[in-house]
Amino acid sequence: MKFRQITTAVTLVAAAITGSLVSTQAAAQAKEQFFPALVYRTGAYAPNGIPFANGFVDYLKLTNERGGINGVKVIYEECETAYATDRGVECYERLKGKNGGATVFQPLSTGITFALTEKAPIDKIPVLTPGLGRSESQDGGVFKWNFPLAGTYWVAADTIIQDIGKREGGLDKLKGKKIALMYHDSPFGKEAIPMLQERAALHGFQLSLLPVTHPGVEQKSTWLQIRQSRPDYVVNWGWGVMNSTALKEAQATGYPREKMYGVWWAGAEPDVKDVGQGAKGYTAVMMQHGAEKKSDVVKEILAKVHGKKQGTGPAEEVGDVLYMRGVQAAMYGIEGVRAAQERFGKGKVMTGEQARWGYENLNLTQAKLDTLGFKGVLRPLSTSCQDHMGSAWTRMHTWDGSKFVWSSDWYQADEQIMKPMVKAAADKYAAEKKIQRRSAADCQL
Amino acid sequence: MFYRENGQFKTSYRADQQIFPIAQDRWVILALIAFAFIGIPAMVDEYMYRAILIPFLILSLAALGVNILVGYCGQISLGSGAFMAVGAYMAYNTYIRIEGVPLILALLSGGFFATLVGIFFGIPSLRVKGLYLAVATLAAQFFCDWAFLRISWFTNNNASGSVSVSNLSVMGLPVGTPVEKYLFCLSFLVVFGLLAKNLVRSAIGREWMAIRDMDVAAAVIGIRPVYAKLSAFAVSSFIVGVAGALWGFIHLGSWEPAAFSIDRSFQLLFMVIIGGMGSIMGSFFGAAFIVVLPIFLNQFLPVFGEVFGIGISTATVSHVESMVFGALIVWFLIVEPHGLAKLWSIAKQKLRLWPFPH
Repeated sequence: MKFRQITTAVTLVAAAITGSLVSTQAAAQAKEQFFPALVYRTGAYAPNGIPFANGFVDYLKLTNERGGINGVKVIYEECETAYATDRGVECYERLKGKNGGATVFQPLSTGITFALTEKAPIDKIPVLTPGLGRSESQDGGVFKWNFPLAGTYWVAADTIIQDIGKREGGLDKLKGKKIALMYHDSPFGKEAIPMLQERAALHGFQLSLLPVTHPGVEQKSTWLQIRQSRPDYVVNWGWGVMNSTALKEAQATGYPREKMYGVWWAGAEPDVKDVGQGAKGYTAVMMQHGAEKKSDVVKEILAKVHGKKQGTGPAEEVGDVLYMRGVQAAMYGIEGVRAAQERFGKGKVMTGEQARWGYENLNLTQAKLDTLGFKGVLRPLSTSCQDHMGSAWTRMHTWDGSKFVWSSDWYQADEQIMKPMVKAAADKYAAEKKIQRRSAADCQL
Repeated sequence: MFYRENGQFKTSYRADQQIFPIAQDRWVILALIAFAFIGIPAMVDEYMYRAILIPFLILSLAALGVNILVGYCGQISLGSGAFMAVGAYMAYNTYIRIEGVPLILALLSGGFFATLVGIFFGIPSLRVKGLYLAVATLAAQFFCDWAFLRISWFTNNNASGSVSVSNLSVMGLPVGTPVEKYLFCLSFLVVFGLLAKNLVRSAIGREWMAIRDMDVAAAVIGIRPVYAKLSAFAVSSFIVGVAGALWGFIHLGSWEPAAFSIDRSFQLLFMVIIGGMGSIMGSFFGAAFIVVLPIFLNQFLPVFGEVFGIGISTATVSHVESMVFGALIVWFLIVEPHGLAKLWSIAKQKLRLWPFPH
């Protein structure tokens, strides 16, 4: 009896393995561009990870509905990381060689980004981190394979201070004010600190740092500190359940939500929905887009993807903030390949190395964005060998109790402040790693 | 028939006291090591190295360290993740602060500092026992998490608190490709495995086991509990520290304290419990079970679903993975409370009679 059970199990396993081998072989033949998707649909950060993943995958599907990238079909495979770095590394290793090789990795986790930054140059696969990752990776002279497109944490921190300054009636009015940074105690949260310290020294406001440990549900002591010191503003650098907890605690403490700012990972529907009216007045900086239910690209996704019952996730959530962040990330991923095809051959499958050139020479004009359906959603973006970010524009939106509404005009991060910081940090990294800055000739490649 | 020691007569004490007194065992282990060094590099692909073999080797080493403390000396510790973190961060600091320090020396220095921290947090073991000690060692975990997050000296004043190393080399040979990394970790594991095995067979190992079995009786026959317990903490945290350094340097390349969180401590403890307490072999089984099984399930389930024509979503796979994994742990613990190593020795017993049991 036992023996028979074991035999059955072994046969099943063998059959399954053969099956998987056959299916991968079949996939390798067609003309397909492979986009691995590191997602987290489980774990403490799932509420925020799911809409992002849905948006990412839906846009890839939409690209196929639009006829692929100059005829090259887009394929993808998801791999669950649960926001854990070691699982993310495993996923990277699993997917990088599949289906003719991964085009680009987009880990939605600063921790995984750091780990992949070490691996990507060896494997020659670019790492796209729109709105996350190392802020100094904007410097393409040192970080050849990293692309924090459209915004880094320093951009977010810088523009939040600009908005606070505007509210106070000028940046010089910040003198003597108290601003508290409540941050997720991880590389993600700490990224904001250097920029805020720089700004604090410049304008003379007092910065206090309040770390919140993973996953962020325990914030009583942090809010006790806030109650005692009564800062003029609280900047919430959170992710996942930490955000809604912060808002609930603010409500319980009686801290005005109007004085609270969030980073773009702390300003989406899952963060405020449960708090509802209690979160009214909470403002978050947005990486260009917000909730864009009325945008052309959302309408197109609803018609062409969800309309054909091919959608990922519920159709009501299409166009939510984090869904749009996923769409945006996927769009940059696709457009980089399209740019690479302009040089290396239209309608061909690009390697990671060729795609890297595409991301470095990305030129998304407003007209191009409009045809893609991002009219009024995104601003033009153009990258270069030196600048891997391409755009430093943000705006603020505020929760009115039931939805997000725009509450500011466009801001641009202050080049005067950011440029030397990026250069110094990148140089430090290069010195530590003993790598040379790329030469002008290397930029032409 | 094949696995019998009949006719193998020992003519010297040396021969009688060797690690594997049975010739077949000796040959199998030697063949296994040879296969690991020569055979495996010839047949597996990069994914296998990076995602399975290297983590397996490093966590085996860590489990070995924990097993010395928990399995051999009976001191339950939940601070293993912290000792790994100390190893990784101190190795990093040695590596970047001392110009031209050899990689192996840096890794060993990580182990050395982990030893110091281990002894310090082992002091409560002289007064508290069992589960209370487990709670006391938790302090190590929280303290180290705090220290590496807050004290920026440890992370070389890195803004994000994440550190990274690259371009590693040993005596002029680069340790960059997966094969090189694999062989590097394997060499460490073989050396430490041999050392650990010999330690537990020596006088000090017997002292540990005496303390584990009954500390009062051990003290009565002249074993000093202070010395025995603290030496177990020292040896264990040295090995765990080196494993931590390898985990950071070789496996991750870039890490943050979250890589050595409380979850890691639990994981190591589970490896020891599932693998078999007080068994060197068990550490390897435990590590294999905990490292390989989730990854296997994660990849196997979608394929399994396809066989029946069901598309399983990423989230479901992840949930089912946890459920199956949990169920298997419970099942193994019910079927064999002494761990996988015990199953292994039962198998060996049966093999001696096979195929003629009567």
